[in-house]
Amino acid sequence: MSDRLSVFKTYKLFVGGKFPRSESGRVYEVTDSKGNWLANAPQSSRKDARDAVVAARKAVGGWSGATAYNRGQVLYRVAEMLEGRRDQFVAEVADAEGLSKSKAAAQVDAAIDRWVWYAGWTDKIGQITGSTNPVAGPFFNVSSTEPTGVVAVLAPQESSFLGLVSVIAPAIATGNTVVVVASEKAPLPALSLGEVLATSDVPGGVVNVLSGRTAEIAPTLASHQDVNAIDLAGAEADFAKELEIAAADNLKRVLRPQGVDWAVTPGTERMTAFLETRTVWHPTGSLGAGGSSY
Amino acid sequence: MPTTVPAHGNDAAGRLTELADVTASDSALRRFLHGLPGVDAVGLEARAASLGTRSIKTTAKAYAIDLAISMIDLTTLEGADTPGKVRALAAKAVNPDPTDRTSPRTAAVCVYPDMVATAKAALTGTDVKVASVATAFPAGRAALPVKLADTRDAIAAGADEIDMVIDRGAFLAGRYMDVFEEIRAVKAECGDKARLKVIFETGELSTYDNIRRASWIGMLAGADFIKTSTGKVAVNATPSNTLLMLEAVRDFRALTGVQVGVKPAGGIRTTKDAIKFLVLVNETVGEEWLDNHWFRFGASSLLNDLLMQRQKLSTGRYSGPDYVTVD
Amino acid sequence: MSFTYAPAPESRSVVDIAPSYGLFIDGEFTEATGGKVFKTVSPSSEEVLSEVAHGSAEDVDRAVKAARKAFEKWSALPGSERAKYLFRIARIIQERSRELAVLETLDNGKPIKETRDADLPLVAAHFFYYAGWADKLDHAGYGANPRPLGVAGQVIPWNFPLLMLAWKIAPALATGNTVVLKPAETTPLSALFFADICRQAGLPKGVVNIVTGDGTTGAALVAHEGVNKVAFTGSTAVGKAIARTVAGSDKKLTLELGGKGANIVFDDAPIDQAVEGIVQGIFFNQGQVCCAGSRLLVQESIQDELLDSLKRRLSTLRLGDPLDKNTDIGAINSAEQLARITELADSGEAEGAERWAPACELPEAGYWFAPTLFTNVTQAHRIAREEIFGPVLSVLSFRTPAEAVAKANNSQYGLSAGIWTEKGSRMLAVASKLRAGVVWANTFNKFDPTSPFGGFKESGFGREGGRHGLEAYLDV
Repeated sequence: MSDRLSVFKTYKLFVGGKFPRSESGRVYEVTDSKGNWLANAPQSSRKDARDAVVAARKAVGGWSGATAYNRGQVLYRVAEMLEGRRDQFVAEVADAEGLSKSKAAAQVDAAIDRWVWYAGWTDKIGQITGSTNPVAGPFFNVSSTEPTGVVAVLAPQESSFLGLVSVIAPAIATGNTVVVVASEKAPLPALSLGEVLATSDVPGGVVNVLSGRTAEIAPTLASHQDVNAIDLAGAEADFAKELEIAAADNLKRVLRPQGVDWAVTPGTERMTAFLETRTVWHPTGSLGAGGSSY
Repeated sequence: MPTTVPAHGNDAAGRLTELADVTASDSALRRFLHGLPGVDAVGLEARAASLGTRSIKTTAKAYAIDLAISMIDLTTLEGADTPGKVRALAAKAVNPDPTDRTSPRTAAVCVYPDMVATAKAALTGTDVKVASVATAFPAGRAALPVKLADTRDAIAAGADEIDMVIDRGAFLAGRYMDVFEEIRAVKAECGDKARLKVIFETGELSTYDNIRRASWIGMLAGADFIKTSTGKVAVNATPSNTLLMLEAVRDFRALTGVQVGVKPAGGIRTTKDAIKFLVLVNETVGEEWLDNHWFRFGASSLLNDLLMQRQKLSTGRYSGPDYVTVD
Repeated sequence: MSFTYAPAPESRSVVDIAPSYGLFIDGEFTEATGGKVFKTVSPSSEEVLSEVAHGSAEDVDRAVKAARKAFEKWSALPGSERAKYLFRIARIIQERSRELAVLETLDNGKPIKETRDADLPLVAAHFFYYAGWADKLDHAGYGANPRPLGVAGQVIPWNFPLLMLAWKIAPALATGNTVVLKPAETTPLSALFFADICRQAGLPKGVVNIVTGDGTTGAALVAHEGVNKVAFTGSTAVGKAIARTVAGSDKKLTLELGGKGANIVFDDAPIDQAVEGIVQGIFFNQGQVCCAGSRLLVQESIQDELLDSLKRRLSTLRLGDPLDKNTDIGAINSAEQLARITELADSGEAEGAERWAPACELPEAGYWFAPTLFTNVTQAHRIAREEIFGPVLSVLSFRTPAEAVAKANNSQYGLSAGIWTEKGSRMLAVASKLRAGVVWANTFNKFDPTSPFGGFKESGFGREGGRHGLEAYLDV
C-alpha cells in the first residue's frame, strides 16, 4: 500500500453540457452505507432546476431532429465509454449501495448493457408504435410517434446507477431531453455519469443531472410549465401524488412510481410513456368514371 | 438556342420584350412565377452536397484559387468604415499578396455609397471595379425615390456596379410586380453606366421556390447579376441556394439568350468552400460562367485564406495569418 | 481556360490484398478440396488481384457441418450477447471502412465515391440495425420467443458485394442462425476480408463460413440437405432454378431477383431534381442494380424539355478510374456482363430505337460502357422488357396517369418504381397502383436498414431490411 495521498474529486452538477456548482453554493454530505464520508455533493436549488430545464429545452430541437440511427450510435458510444470506466463505477456503486465488489460489478455491467439495449431501440420503437390505418375513404393515413419534449426524471432512490440508467436511457432514446434528479443519498454515480455523457457525443443539454434534496427540487420540476412529462420513479407514494397534482397544471405526462426490478430486461413502457402519436391524413386520387382521376 | 448576349448588352432589352406578356400585369407575372417547376429541397441539397465531394487537387487547385481570387468583390460594409479603411482595402484588392506579385487582383471592392469616391480614387488606373451597395442596403426599407437617389449618388461618385436589395416585404406579401418595377427603376438609373446586381436576401425568402421565383423576377427586370445575400442575416450564401440560382441563369439564357451573372455573398470564408462553389458553376453552367464577368464572391476574409493556400501550393509549406496582410 | 480536374486517386496503400485466399470454414482459412483455385481481377484494369479457392460440394458440406455445430451454442446465447457481437462487427466495419471501400472498388470496378459514401456506410448501418433486434425479437410481432431456423445458405451477387453480405448475414445472425455464404465469383474479396472482421470481433467459430466459388458451388450449397434456409440475390433465371431445387423440402426460401423499374415523370415534376433522380436511378453503380430505374416514363408534354436537360446532365458525367474520387461512372464488373449489355443495346438499335450517348472516352484496358439512352422505345422492344443490368436507359412516353401505371406494370418484374410530381395525391394514388416492392417518390435508389426491400412478381419474394426482414430467418 502506497502512502501517497490521493486527490479527491469535486463532484459537480451536469447542466447544458457543462459542470457547474449549485448556484446556491450549497453542498451536502454524502456517506457510504456505514456512514463514512465520501464526498460533498452539490445541493441543487430551484434555480438550478430552472437552469436545467432551460438547457434541456434548448437541446430538444437538435436531439429530436437527429436521425434515430444517429441517436443509436450516440447511446452505444455511452456504453463504450462506460465500459472503459467500469472499475470506477463499480467502486462508486459498491460504496453507495453497500454492495460487495462482485454485486456492484453486476449492477454496472447490467447498466452498460442497458445502454446497448436502448441504443438498439432508437430506430425500432417507431416501427412497433406506428401504423398505417386503412380508413374508409380515399386517404393515405399514417400514425407515427415522436418525443414529448422535456422530461423531468426522479431517479430511483435505491438503485443509484442501474436504476438511474434505466430511467434516463429510455427517455432520451426516443428523442426527449431530460432533467434527472439523482438518488438523494447516493448521487455520486449519477454525477460521474455526467462526465461519461460529456465525452460520449451526447449533445449538451440532452441529459442534465441534479443532486440534492428531492423534496426541494421535485416540486419545481413538477409544476414547471415548460416541462412536458415527469417520471416519478424516485418518489414515495404520498409525495408522488402531490407531484402528480402539480403536474396536472400543464397536463404533463406522468409515469407513476411502481415496483420495478431494475435487473430485469425492460419492455418498451418507459419509452412509450414519453411519446406522442401523430396521425397524418392525405388524399389519394381515386379511380373515377374515366378510369383516372389522379 | 439564340446567340447569347449579356444582360447589359445593347440587344438584351429587346430580347426581354419577347417575354413582355409575362410582366404585362400583376396576375400574368404571378401565373408565370407559380408555373415555374417546383424545387424539391432534399434533392437540391443532395445534389449540392454531392458536388461538394469533388476532390480538387494540384494543378486544378492552383487554377481554382487564382480564379476565385479574381472573382472576389472585396467587401467592407460597416458603420465604422473610414476613408483609411477603404483605401487599405483598395490597396489589397490591387495587390493582394505583397510577397507575390503574380497573384491576381480581385474583381472589385464593394463599399457603401459614401465611400465610392474614396475607393474610386484609390483604384484609378487599375482594372479593379468599384461596386456599391445601394437602395437603402441592407433592409431596403425606404421609399423608392430615396432608393433611386442612393443609386444615383453612388454612380455619380464613380461606382461601376450597383448591388441593390429587393423589397423582401413586397415579395413575401405577394406583390411581385412591385418588386419587378423597383428593380426596373434601379436598372434604368444604372443605364449603361453601371452593372446591376440584385440581392434577394435568400435567407429571408426562406423557401427554394421563392428563391427561384425571385431569380426570375430579377432576370426579367434586367439584372446583370443575381446575388444571394447581404451578409447581414443568419443564412447567407449556401451551395444549395447558389446551385438553384445557377440553374435559373442557365434556364434563362436557354430561353432568352441573355446571360446573367451570379454572386453568392456572405459566409464563404475558406478556400475549400470557394472551390465548392466553382465546382457548382463548372458542372451546372460550365466554363462560360467561369470568369469574373459572370461569377463573383461577395467576401472579405476569404481572400486571406485563398492567399495562404496559394502560398502553400507554391512553397510546399503551410502558411499562417502572419504572412498575409490584415487589411 | 477550362476548369480541368486533376487526377485525385484514393490511395491503394490502405488495403493489403494477399496473393491467395482459402475458404473460411469453422473459423479457419483452408484450401479447397483438390486445391482448385480461380483468379479475381480488377474490372477497370484486368489486373489479377488475387487467387481464391474454388469450393467444391465437399467443401460446402464441411462448411454446412461447421455451421450446424456452431448453431447449437449460437442460438442458445442470450439475444443481448448476440447483439453485442453484431455491434462489434458494425464498429469494426466503420473503423475499416476506407480499406474496405478501396478493396470493393478494386474488385468490383465501381467508383470509390460510391463505395465510400454509399456501400460502406450502409453496410455498417445494417449491422447496427440488426444488432439491436437480436434481444428484441419478442417485440417484432412474431409472437413470444420466435426461434431461428438453423443453418442459412446464402448466395449473393457481385453488384454490391459487401452490402449484399450485410443484408444476408446481419439478420441471420441476429435471429440466432448460423450461415454459409457464397460470394459472387467475380467479387469474392470483401467477403474474405469480412471473415477477418469476424475474427477481430471474436465471433465464435463456425457461425459465419465463407465458401468462394462459381455457380456450381452455389448450387451445391442451396441443394445441401443440412441447410434450413436459402437466401439468394441474383438473376431471375437462377432464382427459378433454386426455387425448383428446394421444392418439396423444408427449406425456407427468399429470393431477391431482377427488375425493370419504371421511373415516371409527370409534367409538374421538380425538373432539375427529377433529372438527378433519373441519373441516380440508372447510372448509380453503372446501372448494375436490380432496382435500377431502367425505364424512364415521361409525360409527353414535357418530354423534349426533360430529354434536353437529361442529355446536358449526362454530358457532365465523369467516366474513368474508379479509384479517382471524382469518377461518377466506373467499370462494368466483367467481360461477360459487358457482352450482355452490348448485345442488348445493339438489339435496341436493331429494333428501331434511337441511341444516344455523350461524348465519352473509354479507357483501353478493362470493361467499359458509356452511359447510354434510347428514345423512341416502345413496350415491345427488348430494351423495354429485359433487364440490361447496365448504364442503359430506355425512354418511353405516356399521356395520362392511367397509361403511366399500365406501362409501368406491364412487366414480368415488380421490384422498384419512381414517381416525380409535386402533387401529393397523384403521387399516393399512383404509388398504390404500382405493382412494385419499393416505390420512390421524388427520389430514387434510396436504401436504409430500417426499410424493407424486395419484389413483386418475378422480382422474387421475401423482404430484406426492417422488421420485415427478420421473418425470413425465423421459424414463424
